Amino acid sequence: MADLTEVQKNSYWRYNVTLTTVLLIIWFVVTYLISGLWAGWLNQFSFLGFPLGYYMAAQGSLAIFVIEIAVYAYLMNKLDLKYGILEEG
Amino acid sequence: MSLAKIFGLYTISFLGVTVLIGIAEQLFGLSAQWIGWIFMGLSLGIYVVIGIITRTSNPDQYYVAGRGVPAVYNGMATGSDWMSAASFISMAGALSAQGFAGLAYVMGWTGGYLLLAVFLGPYLRQFGAYTIPDFLGARYGGNFARIIGVVAAITCSFTYLIAQVTGVGLIVARFIGIDYNVGVFVGLIGVLFCSVLGGMKSVTWTQVAQYIILIVSYLVPVVYLSYQLFGIPVPELIYGRVLQTNNAKAIEITRDAKEKETRALWKKDADDANAKIKMGNLTDTEVEKLRAAAKTATQQATAPAASDDAKVGRYLTVPSGVGMWNFLALTFCLMVGTAGLPHILTRYYTTPSVREARTSVAWSLFFIFLLYFTAPAYAAFARFVIYAKLVGTQIADLPRWVTLWQPAGLFDVIDKNGDGIVQWADFVVKSTDFVVLSMPEVAGLPFVITGLVMAGGLAAALSTADGLLLTIANAFSHDLYYNVIDPTASLTKRLTITKILLVVTALVAAWVATFRIAIIVELVAWAFSLAGASFFPALVMGIWWKRANKTGACVGMIAGLAVTAYYMIGSRFYGVSWFGTQTIASAVFGLPVGLITIWIVSLLTEAPPLQVQELVASVRYPKSGQAVTGDPLGRTSPAGAH
Repeated sequence: MADLTEVQKNSYWRYNVTLTTVLLIIWFVVTYLISGLWAGWLNQFSFLGFPLGYYMAAQGSLAIFVIEIAVYAYLMNKLDLKYGILEEG
Repeated sequence: MSLAKIFGLYTISFLGVTVLIGIAEQLFGLSAQWIGWIFMGLSLGIYVVIGIITRTSNPDQYYVAGRGVPAVYNGMATGSDWMSAASFISMAGALSAQGFAGLAYVMGWTGGYLLLAVFLGPYLRQFGAYTIPDFLGARYGGNFARIIGVVAAITCSFTYLIAQVTGVGLIVARFIGIDYNVGVFVGLIGVLFCSVLGGMKSVTWTQVAQYIILIVSYLVPVVYLSYQLFGIPVPELIYGRVLQTNNAKAIEITRDAKEKETRALWKKDADDANAKIKMGNLTDTEVEKLRAAAKTATQQATAPAASDDAKVGRYLTVPSGVGMWNFLALTFCLMVGTAGLPHILTRYYTTPSVREARTSVAWSLFFIFLLYFTAPAYAAFARFVIYAKLVGTQIADLPRWVTLWQPAGLFDVIDKNGDGIVQWADFVVKSTDFVVLSMPEVAGLPFVITGLVMAGGLAAALSTADGLLLTIANAFSHDLYYNVIDPTASLTKRLTITKILLVVTALVAAWVATFRIAIIVELVAWAFSLAGASFFPALVMGIWWKRANKTGACVGMIAGLAVTAYYMIGSRFYGVSWFGTQTIASAVFGLPVGLITIWIVSLLTEAPPLQVQELVASVRYPKSGQAVTGDPLGRTSPAGAH
């Protein structure tokens, strides 16, 4: 830890906070708006034979959560490498 | 041998044995009861053997599996740790009964992992303790925060544990026909062998083995049914069409004259029963009986699949107004609860590094996703089978699965208007669990697959029980005894106490489960709100806000718990209602109160000591090697990183 300068620490943390915020915004929109408040309206459209609102609540949102976490892990692990953070073990 | 080879071989052998039992069933007429015994004996045997092989007395191995569990396997272990008897057996049925509103469970129990991934998992791993109260104790200096954590962890985990033990008893009783109480204690053998002998290490590898059984047995019946009905073995793709077909059928059924007649007859039954209760002069048991009859009759009379003039059946109708508020509130509570349950959080202590912890959350959700993504398909198929294959058939000529499962008491077919034909309102659901349990027979599969489903349900209940039991025993022995009561206790003494507590906790849980307290199932749903309102704010603020201090966290946790508990008890028993919110969504009030209290009280009291602020800083940055300068893409590997 001592190896990271204050400047590096700040930019590392800023990247993390930005990424987290973006992912949470997507999470919120997908869960509470698309699969919640707007689902009734979206049901008039059809996707793979599903009413779209139902599809998003039953399958789409789940798939998006999985992708979001995978993206988070990928980007953060890449960021660690960029800052030379290599853990023992 | 590598882990992938071991578990690959294990999966193939398990499938092989299943096929062999299937052949024995076809050729020698192996009885259902024998198949049940073989599956139970086989799976319990596997868990016991894993427990013996991985036994350990090393504390790092015992508490956190030596922090050596690779991301993929920790993901599987978390998957089965997470998915309980409720997810495996009950969720699809609940979806089938509730339609869209039930999707709150599917979304809530998966979306919570995003909160866990970005707010907690990697940071807790970087902190690197043994238990969740450990983190609270270190971050909020002292035993008070730790003790609140211990109390909350034990409360949530114990109610949850009793539900799992009850699940084990029910599964064993139903498939093998032995007494429920005996079943409960038989199941405990499987749990205790691994947790006592090898702590987290044994539990981890057992949970991986249990995940494989669980997911295979969940997918096989529904994939086969999908192939049989539609020629495509991917139920997740096909059930959109099933939903549309069901919807059209639901509307048609509702308007059918015979249906209306049947519903009117049920209505009359309900009115008669209520009138009798009003007249009085009845014993308590008679009143109880009438109440139950009235309830069933009302359920049948007032639950048509669609309203008379609707274009969309109830199943696909998105709730509005208070219904929508409750849907959103429940989804929220299940999410924060998921991210706050201690037996799940501790799993991320077991990975070798922060990087693996991050990847591991992704794998966890992927493995959980496989089941949750399929559950709504189960639900839609169950409706399809009833609408298309049961409604309209002759009462004398019921499908085979109906005659097989009717005696189990999960549902009943009653020809109310005596026309000899099954109406939708003639199908009386007593437990929606029939959806998963009877699916193999619905698909016309041999009994061996039903046995497989039993093994899956058992694996789901036992794996969750394992994780919970360990959390409870560690909270008592590590947090309460070692850290609070006797910090000088030797290692041997601590481990011995943990092992004794594991046995005692398991026996107490089994003993409580034998009373079959009805409210237990309800309490499990409460555990999510309690965990969400207590742990989640204190943990998140502890990691994300350096200024959060001891007083703030303690007052905040108590306030969050108090508001949640007040609303739960108030709305369940005393008619309290805020915005018409349902009891299980109580954390929607408790969580914001907890967060705001931590914030305000922390600001009003003095900042935490410097060393605590340094701890927070260190949790934010994984242990670094050497900084790389000059290459923005970070492609060069740093020199001297190790």
